[in-house]
Amino acid sequence: MAKMTLEELRKLREEKQEALEKRSIEGKDFRIIIGMGTCGIAAGAKETLSTFLSVLDEEKIKHVAITQTGCMGLCYVEPTVEVILPDMPPVIYGKVDADVARKIVKEHILGKRLVTDHMFDRPAADIIKQDGGR
Amino acid sequence: MHIAITDYVLEVVQNAFEANSTETRVVLQETAEAFAVTVTDNGKGMSEEVMKRVLDPFSTEEGKHPHRKVGLGLSFLNQATELAGGELTLRSEVGVGTTVRFTFDPASIDTPPLGDVVSTFMTLLAHPKAGSLVIERKTETDGYALDRKELIGVLGDLEMSGNLHLLKEYIASQEAALS
Repeated sequence: MAKMTLEELRKLREEKQEALEKRSIEGKDFRIIIGMGTCGIAAGAKETLSTFLSVLDEEKIKHVAITQTGCMGLCYVEPTVEVILPDMPPVIYGKVDADVARKIVKEHILGKRLVTDHMFDRPAADIIKQDGGR
Repeated sequence: MHIAITDYVLEVVQNAFEANSTETRVVLQETAEAFAVTVTDNGKGMSEEVMKRVLDPFSTEEGKHPHRKVGLGLSFLNQATELAGGELTLRSEVGVGTTVRFTFDPASIDTPPLGDVVSTFMTLLAHPKAGSLVIERKTETDGYALDRKELIGVLGDLEMSGNLHLLKEYIASQEAALS
């Protein structure tokens, strides 16, 4: 490996800037948090993460932060993803493969409708009845 | 647990941060005769009396870690260097700072392995209390220096995972090119 100079490091950072900004939570109140514990990764969370990144690119959505966390305690429905939007209850979705990730972006992030068939935690059932169909 | 020389480096530099050092310099020098590590800080320093107690395993600074009754860091380091034909020296002045220098004889079978230099440097540079930290890594013919202020100027917030990844890549390239 050739010794990297500070100038090369600066260039590398500029190249990765867009990807880094997607992970930055500063000034963003829309968040997608992906469970990347060993259970999540084994179930395909890496593919889920890259699908979210590419769908946000395709839809030119800039105001959503994508971050990672460890196991959310729902190992039986990995990969799990928490979606936090203002004015909507925080939701943990389970069994989020690439197709479900696309559905979450289209329906939850853009359409402000919960993807009820993949909800595994939060909000409580009574909240789902009130808000889930809107 | 101390397994590698870098574990001791981490421990000693962490002591410097906990002593409120704002300017810390770490030099890790590797020659045929010795692995030598020097950590210089401008923290609160130690009095003669504290210096005498600091190698005692059953002594720790009051209030630093309320749940601990022992301060084993320097004590273990002292034992390890003695065992491996090296030495530990301390110089300190209250209000001025402390210099800790320790060496290991590379020919001794009791010298611990060097350890993961890249991850250790990355951890130290990303430490929120690191302040102005300079790390120098030298061999007989080569070397590199990592200046935290310079790196923050290029990368921004070092605690952010993406930047941390780039920092690790940068340090790894310096380490791999070392002859």
